[in-house]
Amino acid sequence: MKLTGAQILIKMIKAEGVDTIFGYPGGAVIDIYDALAKQEGLKHILVRHEQGAVHAADGYARANKSVGVALVTSGPGATNTVTGIASAHCDSIPLVVFTGQVPTGLIGNDAFQEVDIVGITRPCTKHNYLVKSVEKLAFTIKEAFYLARSGRPGPVLVDLPKDIVQTVVEFEEPGEISLKSYKPTYKPNKKQLNKVTDLIQKAERPVIFAGGGVILSQASKELTRLAKMANIPVTGSLMGLGAFPGSDPLWLGMLGMHGTYRANMSIGHCDLMIAAGVRFDDRVTGNIKKFAPGATIVQIDIDPTSIHKNIEVQIPIVGDCKAALKEIIHLMEEKNPAGLTEKRQEWLARIREWQSAVPLKFEQSYDVIKPQYVIEKLYELTEGKAIITTEVGQNQMWAAQYYHFDEPNHFITSGGLGVMGFGLPAAIGAKAACPDKMVVDIAGDGSIQMNIQELMTAVESKIDVKIVILNNRYLGMVRQWQELFYDKVYSSTNMENAPDFVKLAEAYGATGLRCTKPDQVSRVLAKGLDTKGTVVMDFTVEREESVYPMVPAGGSITEMLLV
Amino acid sequence: MMKTNSYLLSILVDDEPGVLSRIAGLFSGRGFNIDSLSVASTAEPNVSRITMVTKCEPQIIEQIKKQLHKLINVITVNDLTDKKYVQRQLALIKVNAQPDKKAEILRIVDIFRCKIVDVGLAHYTIEVSGDMEKHRAIISLLKPMGIIEIASTGAIALARENGK
Repeated sequence: MKLTGAQILIKMIKAEGVDTIFGYPGGAVIDIYDALAKQEGLKHILVRHEQGAVHAADGYARANKSVGVALVTSGPGATNTVTGIASAHCDSIPLVVFTGQVPTGLIGNDAFQEVDIVGITRPCTKHNYLVKSVEKLAFTIKEAFYLARSGRPGPVLVDLPKDIVQTVVEFEEPGEISLKSYKPTYKPNKKQLNKVTDLIQKAERPVIFAGGGVILSQASKELTRLAKMANIPVTGSLMGLGAFPGSDPLWLGMLGMHGTYRANMSIGHCDLMIAAGVRFDDRVTGNIKKFAPGATIVQIDIDPTSIHKNIEVQIPIVGDCKAALKEIIHLMEEKNPAGLTEKRQEWLARIREWQSAVPLKFEQSYDVIKPQYVIEKLYELTEGKAIITTEVGQNQMWAAQYYHFDEPNHFITSGGLGVMGFGLPAAIGAKAACPDKMVVDIAGDGSIQMNIQELMTAVESKIDVKIVILNNRYLGMVRQWQELFYDKVYSSTNMENAPDFVKLAEAYGATGLRCTKPDQVSRVLAKGLDTKGTVVMDFTVEREESVYPMVPAGGSITEMLLV
Repeated sequence: MMKTNSYLLSILVDDEPGVLSRIAGLFSGRGFNIDSLSVASTAEPNVSRITMVTKCEPQIIEQIKKQLHKLINVITVNDLTDKKYVQRQLALIKVNAQPDKKAEILRIVDIFRCKIVDVGLAHYTIEVSGDMEKHRAIISLLKPMGIIEIASTGAIALARENGK
């Protein structure tokens, strides 16, 4: 069968089970777009900025538990993907990004719209390729998908010179991928796992700390089972929210800089920490010298570089979270230790004390809307079942604190890189993957303006996303730091000069709703969620509300600012 | 300040464009140091060997080795530091050779079993092959004569058989 490089590309993407890709055309990829128009089965969603394509592919990958795909042109199209790629790299999200490139003969000549995107993205991709011959195209694409989804997942970039996608070649089905230099360890060492079960039996104050790795390896069921059978309370990183049911009594809430008091205190006082799929980010650990000082730490991670990187651990386990947790459960069942439930009562009682001493709280006044209140109402109205994406800053932290996730793959946020402008395109991607789900972007007035153009994508593609703007007319998180640590010098964080988001929504053909009074919040939310199509809900909230509790940067996580 | 040690790593990589820049980028991006680097193909097709000397604190070397291994094009990372190995590096040293110093230079060349590879009216260029110790020693002896310039390779090394 004779095919062009462009046709091979489409064929290989389909073979990976991807049904929707996100992209933006240009000169170097015009042949691919021509081939896209002449095929069926692979849907293309036209974004309005290439950054949006990568974030949308990210949202798609997370909601769909599969690989997300973006397609952009060379030069500026390619450079516009870098933020999205770096975000996916930090959060270990499987993406394959296809960039156009000038024809092979022009590479290195500073041609029009030429950029060395392979060089630029080398440190922020799991791997990347410049395809130099059409014979290698099919195999390279297959390998790119394999690398993106296997081991510790991540973004892979494939740079496609224009002449390669134009060339006609006899298509040959690529063989199995076998890389001598890349063999992720899935199966954990059993000896180490045996030590874990012993530790669980002996521990008086154990805690499980779940991260994004649990969600990526689809190990939530196993994690929940282990926590319940051994009666161990569970906390999570931002990326780990949803790995354990947020409404379960054993759930401690999020850990870290804006974690709950009880989660941070539990880590400060535990004697055993089972860390699964986490990398001990500084936002979680605070001062590492004072992080879990009395604990034996077990760390399960598929990536050996995550182990001993920031934190010394006593029991490192390299392997897949799901496989490791399954095996620990199996060993626990074999040993069938008695009395674990009774043994933990004192510890759990102490945690309950911390919870009642310092719960997450806010006071909703009569006249001004509290941002937390909006999220609390959103949680009630969606019965906790919506897929929530966020932007970055206060909106993200309040979403993490006040929307309780019972299921994995329902909280989609740019965790590691912290990209403002992530939430709207990610919501579009998530909705494209799960059309039957309610998808809500919780945004700030600053962040939403960073990729506001994607409203047009949502409207045009009839992808119903709901956007909740917590509008305080500040860059709230930076303002909060300025208030606390910079003598209230609100340098460049005042955003009073903002567009009218209702009119802006209408200009894009979406529905815009405004809410300024606390007693209207439920009504506006209900109306927005019920309205067909893309809806922007603009909530005028308390201008100087701050996210609490808070650990000042570099402080111990048990020393929190509470109000 | 933790004590830093010198480590000798022997790394097999896919012989593909960009591999060296992936490795160099890893070091610069994470703040690791490269003291010396030497790259060439091996007997196996499409496989190159990189021999690298890096100075760092003991716990950092573990991270360096793991990060290197994580690169898709890196096949194996062998830390030779605490193993038995043979190590060589090659240097060309151009040294002032005034008439009254020529005999002494030749004596040094003889003692160190080096070779004179270029001779001028007032200089010798000496080829030195050996481990880093030998290089340091001969350079310190030649310094008083006036070293004009030096070109040196990075270290190369292989583990000794039965050298575990």
